Amino acid sequence: MNFEFSDEQKQLRNEARRFLEAKCPPAAVRQVLEGSEPFDRALWKGLGEMGFLGVVIPEEHGGLGLGYLELCVVAEELGRVIAPVPFGSSVFLATEFILAAGSEAQKAKWLPKLAAGEAIGTFAFAEGAGAVTPRTIKLQASGGALTGVKIPVADGDVADFAIVAARTAPGNDERGVSLFIVELNGPGVTREVVETIDPTRSHARISFAGAAAEPLGAAGEGWSIINGVFDRAAVLTAFEQVGGADRALEMARDYALERVAFGRPIGSFQAVKHMLADMYVSATLARSNCYYGAWALSTGSSELGEAAATARVSATQAFQHCSKNNIQTHGGMGFTWAFDCHLYYRRSNLLALNLGSLSVWEDRLIERLRAKNVA
Amino acid sequence: MNFDDTPEEAAFRQEVRTWIQANAPHHLKEALSNAGFGSGPTGIDTMAEAKAWQKKKAEAGWACLHWPKEYGGRGATPIERVIWGQEEGVYSTLGGSFIIGHGMCGPTVMAFASEEQKRRYLPPLAAGEEVWCQLFSEPAGGSDLAGLRTKAEPAKDGSGDWIINGQKIWTSGAHYSDFGILITRTDPTVPKHKGLTMFFLDMRSPGVEIRPIKQVNGQSGFNEVYFTDVRIPDSQRLGAVGGGWQVSLTTLMNERLSIGAGMSTGFPELLDLCCRIETANGLAVDDPAVRSKLATWAVRQSGLKYTGFRAISALSRGEIPGPENSIGKLVAGATMQDIAALALDLQAESGVINDPEISAANARFQAMLLRSPATRVEGGTDEILRNIIAERVLGLPADIRVDKDVPFNQIPTSGARA
Ligand SMILES: Cc1cc2nc3c(=O)[nH]c(=O)nc-3n(C[C@H](O)[C@H](O)[C@H](O)COP(=O)(O)OP(=O)(O)OC[C@H]3O[C@@H](n4cnc5c(N)ncnc54)[C@H](O)[C@@H]3O)c2cc1C
Repeated sequence: MNFEFSDEQKQLRNEARRFLEAKCPPAAVRQVLEGSEPFDRALWKGLGEMGFLGVVIPEEHGGLGLGYLELCVVAEELGRVIAPVPFGSSVFLATEFILAAGSEAQKAKWLPKLAAGEAIGTFAFAEGAGAVTPRTIKLQASGGALTGVKIPVADGDVADFAIVAARTAPGNDERGVSLFIVELNGPGVTREVVETIDPTRSHARISFAGAAAEPLGAAGEGWSIINGVFDRAAVLTAFEQVGGADRALEMARDYALERVAFGRPIGSFQAVKHMLADMYVSATLARSNCYYGAWALSTGSSELGEAAATARVSATQAFQHCSKNNIQTHGGMGFTWAFDCHLYYRRSNLLALNLGSLSVWEDRLIERLRAKNVA
Repeated sequence: MNFDDTPEEAAFRQEVRTWIQANAPHHLKEALSNAGFGSGPTGIDTMAEAKAWQKKKAEAGWACLHWPKEYGGRGATPIERVIWGQEEGVYSTLGGSFIIGHGMCGPTVMAFASEEQKRRYLPPLAAGEEVWCQLFSEPAGGSDLAGLRTKAEPAKDGSGDWIINGQKIWTSGAHYSDFGILITRTDPTVPKHKGLTMFFLDMRSPGVEIRPIKQVNGQSGFNEVYFTDVRIPDSQRLGAVGGGWQVSLTTLMNERLSIGAGMSTGFPELLDLCCRIETANGLAVDDPAVRSKLATWAVRQSGLKYTGFRAISALSRGEIPGPENSIGKLVAGATMQDIAALALDLQAESGVINDPEISAANARFQAMLLRSPATRVEGGTDEILRNIIAERVLGLPADIRVDKDVPFNQIPTSGARA
């Protein structure tokens, strides 16, 4: 059994970590939090130059042509530094949609730009509060044009194009959902930035008024394509979450060693020690579950559905758990704007929702386990 | 990243599988599979069957297979031991009474006894012919093991023997054990960790009295053991006089290395129940409130499983697994207790019935309810395990110990017996 990353993959991790420590210190995240730029453009450019935006994109389309394990490694490192870039939208979603369902022409058009960071893609799915189901997809597609509103769309303000889930047949069912590629700088598209719980990752409301759209994949296949891509994105996002959880735990540990109260380091109080031990437990379980997800993703296993939901639920819980208790460990300092704890708290809660919330993934997990139990 | 055996591992697995297929006590499979957690299979003489299976394994070289051959093992690698465990599957549960002997006493004897003693005691221990127990905990020394008070004093007759007086408690299997490893206090005038000495002894020595303790679940797996002027030859001392604490660390460290299929949490059994039992909202598995809990436990169960796989990978590469292994019992114990509570809740009024003949799922969840509290206590409580993670994994300061540097006989105590 070899349930570990290889030496080459560990080397890639070191490379990514060194790069990100230099290019994405907390000050860079804060720059986006407080500045007027919606994301860190220099970092984005650098990620493209390193090849990190095209890890799994085939070489013929300008990518590195590596596997998903390599992408998992990069995802974790980006999560550690809570990189303020549209990585998830463009790499885990838009790229995956095009790889999964794009025509040769679509691949040739978009993949090289995605790999280089010259184009940012995103996925426009939700149309308001509540879990997204086939029934809530109301945005209409007819005659190659879209009409309706998507909110919130991650990175919708900065993306060059979006994969849009739209209704192509009347009724509520999933057979009426299809996918389209829409260039967001064209006519018929208006975008407004919406304020979110994590301003280091921008979101938008996108209104489509007869915007020109090109079908992605077959009509009526949208929902099943989405499910497949979401499983893949769930594993990748889970790695991002585990990276963040680990870093939040380290911050808490370091502070517990340094802060003194009642004449001793607060890390010598059992209430604090045990809180940190529990954070370690959830981060460790999540990491092991992520490895399971990575294995399933990289081998194309039929267990991917179960593994993805397992990794996603576990990593969501772990990052939320670690980021909130990181604030608790820091006391009043943890609640200040000036300390970095809130950056992790914000990001953990944003990532918990981005790809469908915890309860949605819990449902998916149990559905899949149940099917296996019956079988 | 893969779950595949190396060619050597695959060949070894095939050899194991073939042998088990030909030799396992297949007639016990059903009883073992249906056993309630911690209550053992019903309708069979478990100890006799366990000894028979262990002997058969020993004769073919499959007992304690990671031990050297001359001590009754096979000289197998750690990864081969894991493969054996995976293949032995449900039959491994027969060996519950040998876990302490094989996992803790044997390695301690191996590290500290004389060559002659190792050749005398280890092979029958491996073969299940002689059972060993661990006489560590006392009324005044559980988590605080070094607070123990059982005295060992040199015999006055100049024989060099030691005379033992005192009491142990919670000694699992003392009533069926042939030998035990015993930690005692030989010097109360020095700080508590410094005045301890380890021995092994024949449980039938004059002056040893064993009284069973009835547990929460009605069984009596553990005992009080009283020592009244029990004589132990100095040759049965393990380690230096005053070196008992270091010896006990060897014993406890070996626990960490015994990794197997991962600890069970009861989750697969609960999922199965939820797919069959009705709540007011239809099948339990369809109830959103139930689902959310199921999902939380599912990811814990799977997290433990794959944490175990990571440890096995480390072994497979010839490394020592990291500290992430210490989380197993901490996670499994609490999860099992919660799972038992939900399983009974779903059975509603009938959840009270604790009879394998008529309860849902063979009363396995009732057994789990009544046994799981012990999992959170035995071999290091949840709180002690959190301390270990915090201190040894995360590097946080040790608890402040007011008694650390004080001579043992000057430490204030509650209910102390001199
Ligand atoms: C089923 C079973 C089988 C056992 N078998 C054996 C055996 O074969 N041989 C053997 O030697 N022992 C055995 N034990 C004993 C077991 O190791 C002890 O019960 C255990 O170490 C706890 O010690 P205690 O019972 O004295 O509880 P205590 O140490 O008194 O603990 C009581 C409570 O205080 C907490 N506590 C204690 N110290 C601290 C601390 N420093 N920080 C925070 N909280 C603390 C504990 O976590 C616990 O909640 C067995 C126990 C059980 C339940």
